[in-house]
Amino acid sequence: MLDPPAIRAAGLRPVWVAGGLVAVVVAGVAGLSLGAVNISAPRVFLEVLDHLPGLSIDSGLSAREADIVWQLRVPRVVLGFLVGGLLAVSGSSFQGVFRNPLADPYLLGAAAGAGLGATLAITGGIDWELGPFDTVPLAAFAGTLLAVLLAYAVSTVGGRDTSPAVLLLAGVAVMTFMTAVQTFVLQREADTIREVYTFILGRLVTAGWSEVRLVLPYAAVSIAALVLLRRRLDVLAVGDDEALSLGMDVTRTRIAVVAFAALATAAAVSVSGLIGFVGLVVPHVVRLLAGSSFRVIVPLSVLFGAAFLVLADLVARLALSPAEIPIGVVTAFFGAPFFVLVLRARRRLV
Amino acid sequence: MKLKTLALAALVTLLPLAACGDDDDSPTVAGSDGDATTTTTAADPDGEVPQAIVSLSPSSTEILFAIGAGDQVIAVDDQSDYPPEAPTTDLSAYEPNVEAIASYEPDLVVSSSSDPALLDGLEALGIEVLVHEAAVEITDVYDQITELGDVTGHADEAQQLAEEMSGAVAEFTTADRDLTAYWELDPTYYSVTSNTFIGKLLGLVGITSIADEAQAEANDYPQLSAEFIVQADPDLIILADTECCQQDAATVAARDGWAGMKAVTNGNVVELSDDIASRWGPRIIELLEILDAATTKAAAA
Repeated sequence: MLDPPAIRAAGLRPVWVAGGLVAVVVAGVAGLSLGAVNISAPRVFLEVLDHLPGLSIDSGLSAREADIVWQLRVPRVVLGFLVGGLLAVSGSSFQGVFRNPLADPYLLGAAAGAGLGATLAITGGIDWELGPFDTVPLAAFAGTLLAVLLAYAVSTVGGRDTSPAVLLLAGVAVMTFMTAVQTFVLQREADTIREVYTFILGRLVTAGWSEVRLVLPYAAVSIAALVLLRRRLDVLAVGDDEALSLGMDVTRTRIAVVAFAALATAAAVSVSGLIGFVGLVVPHVVRLLAGSSFRVIVPLSVLFGAAFLVLADLVARLALSPAEIPIGVVTAFFGAPFFVLVLRARRRLV
Repeated sequence: MKLKTLALAALVTLLPLAACGDDDDSPTVAGSDGDATTTTTAADPDGEVPQAIVSLSPSSTEILFAIGAGDQVIAVDDQSDYPPEAPTTDLSAYEPNVEAIASYEPDLVVSSSSDPALLDGLEALGIEVLVHEAAVEITDVYDQITELGDVTGHADEAQQLAEEMSGAVAEFTTADRDLTAYWELDPTYYSVTSNTFIGKLLGLVGITSIADEAQAEANDYPQLSAEFIVQADPDLIILADTECCQQDAATVAARDGWAGMKAVTNGNVVELSDDIASRWGPRIIELLEILDAATTKAAAA
């Protein structure tokens, strides 16, 4: 399904890395400057600089405005970067490891598993005592891994051939099953339904430094691991037998990529709920624009996914301000037409 | 993607049933003139007083017991936990099961939902139904009390209760206090505007909801931005999610950026029982008393 990398196997060009960094900076500046509360943008940046180690700057903001900037707006933007990067890197890796352009965390049932785990944790069905760790992200992580492994296992029942169609159907079956369990749990615990609903449509509304601290270790490990594994995805893309003949342990590579991609999904989902579209579309847009090698797609997906999600969150915050729109609605609303535009433009070029 | 959307749609349809408020937006009532009392079936065609009532609404359960009709109630839904002597069963008001309801052989069912599946099912079995939807105006509460009294043969007690309540409501003369509050329905910052039943109760004790600023853009139950709540710095933070979602003054103070809000520093975070905060029964007087005491304290701060 994917373009054979031999045809356009250019490496990661510096111009695209620069482009990705510019996108991140633009999104960050916009995300910090604007919000439900009007605060002069230059002062926002002075306030941010004031918090950097070794700097002490009087931003001229009142204590309340300083709180809003540093306790609410900055962590929300940071969390948006992390979640966007995680979802996009997870989506691109799933697409590579399953050799399936339609694979995104949601179709494989990973998000349904995460949603079920989080729902059980929110409703009190799961209450693990795990020291400093919060139950919700761990339950979401366990659910994610369970769902992906289940989908993979189901797809191999009829034989070793994990063709895209079989895999998709397996993912759909797992997703449907887990969603059914989740709905059942919700009905038993109807008084938490609003909170779970917010989770399902994605939420950065409660973002704070505590969420950033929670997700940061997972994000660092999974993004670093997937970026390091990106070359192996290129080898996998030529086929299992060819990869074997090139001396790669296909099964172990596949398990490693799935585990880290599931970790990335779970980390994102645990702090932000289910935000759709980012994991599917960002890697494809990157592929269409910058090249089809996973050496290009995986790292660039992190940058563009981060920028895209922060911009989408800006719309979620501002469109009905001071009320909010679920961010999952925004990512789909803007992501889908944008994807079509890129597809059309690309076709004309070829 | 498409399948996820379908699954979402299925869950979204459950949302109006959300229980963090029984006061929730009930579509049939929202646009009406506030008449939340509808009798679907003439509740008493042969002149006999019902002796086997099933209540699927915690608010109606509280009213039935308050007007002395408790002895005629044989079963109430799983959310009806007040008064303690109410015969709570595992009947669900969110997913009403007509067969399970019918197995109690009721001669009257009181429901806050006008779900056609429920009404048609009960009608097919010849069981009378009284629909009392979520109150929009405070007078809706009196109307529902009076009607339940008429239907159950406790008209005098009902009349007396309604008069006592309206008398008690008239005692609250602090509507000019001009305080602001953030009413929290759940920890993702869903709130209520002054157009809601809760908003009208707040108005009686001189509180304006900060969510009013969002009503032009969103609806009467908007999800607010944290930035906006902190900036609005209301006099009071009122938690209606202490039981569903384990929120209290300490968890609010621990939220990033909230510690400096004056409601937090002055100790004006009000922890309500979810049930009292979401039912439109006799205990709204209790709710008003709590709110009135809280505004007295906040006004002095």
